[in-house]
Amino acid sequence: MKDRSNYLPKQFILIAFLLIALLLLSIIASLMFGSRALTIQEVIDGLITGNSESYETSIVQKRIIRTVFAICCGAALGVSGVLMQSVTRNPIADPSILGVNTGAALFVVCGMTYFNINTANHYIWFALAGAMIVSVFVFGISSLGRGGATPLKLVLAGAATSVALTSLTTGIMIPRSFIMDQFRFWQVGSVGAGTWESVTLITPFLLIGIVIALFTAPALNALALGEDVATGLGVKTGFIKLMASFAAVMLCGATTAVAGPIAFVGLLATHVVRLLIGADIKFLLPMSALTGATLLIISDVLGRLIGRPGELEVGVLTAFIGAPLLIILAMKAKVRSL
Amino acid sequence: MSASHVLLAEKLASGYDTTSILDDINLQIPSNKISVIIGANGCGKSTLLKTLARLIKPTTGQIVLDGELIHKYPSKHLAKIVGLLPQSPIVPEGITVADLVGRGRFPHQSLFGSWNKQDYEAVAKAMDIMNISQFANRNVDELSGGQRQRVWIAMALAQQTDILFLDEPTTFLDITYQIEILDMLTELNRTLGTTIVMVLHDINLSARYADYLFALRDGKLIAEGNPAQVITASLIKQVFGLDCSVIEDPISGSPSVIPIGRYHVK
Amino acid sequence: MNINTISKIKHGRNSRKRRWNIVTITLTVIVTLLCIAMLLLGNTIYPLNVVVKVLLGEEIKGATFAIETIRLPRMLAGLFTGFAFGIAGYIFQTMLRNPLANPNVIGVTSGSSAAAVFCIIILQSNKAVVSLASIIAGLLTTLIIYVLARGKVFSIGRLILVGIGLQAMCNAFITYVMLIGKQHDLPSAMRWLTGSLNGIKLQELPILVVSIIIFVPIIIVLSKPLSMLELGEQSAKMLGINTDLTRIVLIICAVILVAIATSVTGPIASIAFLAGPIATRLVGVGLSNSIPAGLVGAFLVLAADLVGQFAFIVKYPVGIITGIIGAPYLLFLLIQMNRRGDL
Repeated sequence: MKDRSNYLPKQFILIAFLLIALLLLSIIASLMFGSRALTIQEVIDGLITGNSESYETSIVQKRIIRTVFAICCGAALGVSGVLMQSVTRNPIADPSILGVNTGAALFVVCGMTYFNINTANHYIWFALAGAMIVSVFVFGISSLGRGGATPLKLVLAGAATSVALTSLTTGIMIPRSFIMDQFRFWQVGSVGAGTWESVTLITPFLLIGIVIALFTAPALNALALGEDVATGLGVKTGFIKLMASFAAVMLCGATTAVAGPIAFVGLLATHVVRLLIGADIKFLLPMSALTGATLLIISDVLGRLIGRPGELEVGVLTAFIGAPLLIILAMKAKVRSL
Repeated sequence: MSASHVLLAEKLASGYDTTSILDDINLQIPSNKISVIIGANGCGKSTLLKTLARLIKPTTGQIVLDGELIHKYPSKHLAKIVGLLPQSPIVPEGITVADLVGRGRFPHQSLFGSWNKQDYEAVAKAMDIMNISQFANRNVDELSGGQRQRVWIAMALAQQTDILFLDEPTTFLDITYQIEILDMLTELNRTLGTTIVMVLHDINLSARYADYLFALRDGKLIAEGNPAQVITASLIKQVFGLDCSVIEDPISGSPSVIPIGRYHVK
Repeated sequence: MNINTISKIKHGRNSRKRRWNIVTITLTVIVTLLCIAMLLLGNTIYPLNVVVKVLLGEEIKGATFAIETIRLPRMLAGLFTGFAFGIAGYIFQTMLRNPLANPNVIGVTSGSSAAAVFCIIILQSNKAVVSLASIIAGLLTTLIIYVLARGKVFSIGRLILVGIGLQAMCNAFITYVMLIGKQHDLPSAMRWLTGSLNGIKLQELPILVVSIIIFVPIIIVLSKPLSMLELGEQSAKMLGINTDLTRIVLIICAVILVAIATSVTGPIASIAFLAGPIATRLVGVGLSNSIPAGLVGAFLVLAADLVGQFAFIVKYPVGIITGIIGAPYLLFLLIQMNRRGDL
């Protein structure tokens, strides 16, 4: 086993630098490109002067919101992916694969339909509830039988549950076109619906989730060595797993509450980062947050370019990029670990 | 009575994909006798059996059946001569014993045919010989390991082949069932003259039940002959790397291997 | 030998044959009734004699349009695609010896659907091209899944994961195509993502009928070899089956049926998955269950569509209903397989 403690800090700093640079570039791209391309000058003008009469400025303002929103969601999903993969010790774990976001979506739609809630403040609670309940359910089914929650069982249970919940969600929405029109993104996630309100709304949840994540990081590193080893090292595995899962689901649920279900971001971000800096959770967490944010921003830019003058939702793009990764992982995985 | 066939391997080399397991094997399976292939794990016993049964294509050399290259035989025709009981046979869920045994009749039936008189008789006879008639309409997955193995052998019997290959037919069974199966196979050979070729993991049972032994090591045939000729201390050392003493089995008179370990030596 | 044994065997086989016959006939009757119901029911309920007259060619105001243009194509599409999905699903599940390995779960239907959407919306092709593209896409998807999932040792788990990944990609592609084609409206989305019988015209059906007439008999002819494949590769080979050839032919038949059905109605969720297990539970094991599986498939599609049309205030496309039925069964199956240690 490589002694990472020596060479990692240098490597880590270099890669952190790289990722931050990438993020900044993508932010700039996000502000510049879209249904109408702006020049750097126009962007700077829009940012600084804030002259809301200029058409360019309003575009910049809209894009700033989108970008900030994408950063929050992407970071949250990245961290959520890391947590989920550590807890389940499973490289294919991603909250979307486990059906967490379709659960959140269903509960929100139910809330809108049956409880007449219509403010983000309220439906975030529904989303969180849905996310929690579904993840418990999916995990429960997968844990039955030999080997506990293997990747295959988790994915299958998640996929089956997602199909069921999506059908139900669409079923509820079909007769209620006003809900559908407003919130089409419940079928596929988008960062277009983000507003400053929604950002402020989810920030506390994101912060709590990230704090819990950082708090559990050392214990999760131990957990990666195996349940028994971790217990031997004094880790309260049950408690840690519960906390980490809770944080993961909260992060994903909150994101879904305001953006709709966005798949595969956690999977993509964690794997890219893991390839670069290895498996130390302490580093994996912030790097995955950065990568997730970058990924989401880039997907959004691409989506806006491809879908001119409208947008191709970010959820479609992440599925298109993320699914091949899932396939590659499945191909590489040893049969026994499936 | 089963017909006699000449089944031999010439300069045989065989394996899977890129790994070669068998090397330059030349042998002839004694007709109407029980032959057992012995050797350490991974020496190629199963590979040899499967190559003889045409499940694996040899990389060099050939298998010759009655003067013809075995791969020239049409599948159905060969299926009437050679049958195989695989190591881990798969039981379709919910199938009854009679149905499973009946599947062995496929080589004798047309694509559409329902069962004719011969089919019923063959299946019934096979089930009677293997003593499973009372389970005819029961589900196979309800039976015990030993009973299930008898069902599979009955299926091979219903196929009415002259040669029967069995890949470790006793490995997962309790000792009582092991003896029961081996006794039944012996009776089969004595009454019907079926040529039987088996891979067994138990050296002493092999010595007792075999008329002829083939000893493999690292993919090469290093000895063949009747048990008295093959089972010697020096050969066991060669094949298994085991120090032993060979005595005469007080029950059957066949050679019996008594291993010499580091402890419990008088 | 024991005469008793023979009579026992005969008795067992005959009772199973009887069961098969009874179930198949009952299913046929039920499906026929459903077909008739689909012609009778609607915004206006027409009595049977009116329906018969219209079918025989009479021009009756209102009825002719409703029945000939809307209900008849809908009924026929449901009947034939249900049958196709049912049989194809059964073949996949039997050959791969796993109920999870069916065109729905491993993504073959979504591949065909993606191709169909692309042709219809982007290329604006005619029906023949659409069907051909669906077939090619279906076969290609199957090939891709096979190659990707093969590995050194075949594992059903890998197959399913790869299939789920491919399905996610195909669904993303479908959404993309619909965006570009400005057909982002829900009805189209429903049709191509979960399947629907809405808006199908009679002209779209002949290819489907022809493919059923060609490929179903091939499948029936191969039912014995298929049942041998159930015993595993080694046993099947030793019994004289050419396993590779049998598999390839059967897969091609199944994929073509599914592809063409998908090109007409979209990938109706769960049918290929449910039909086989339901049929086996009704009919038992031992005789070929392809026809019963087809009938169960037809039954499910027609019944689900009737439910979708009339059970609620709003009309739901058939795919939503079948999706809601199928998912709990999938979960139940997963639970069962997990408990038994099959996964």
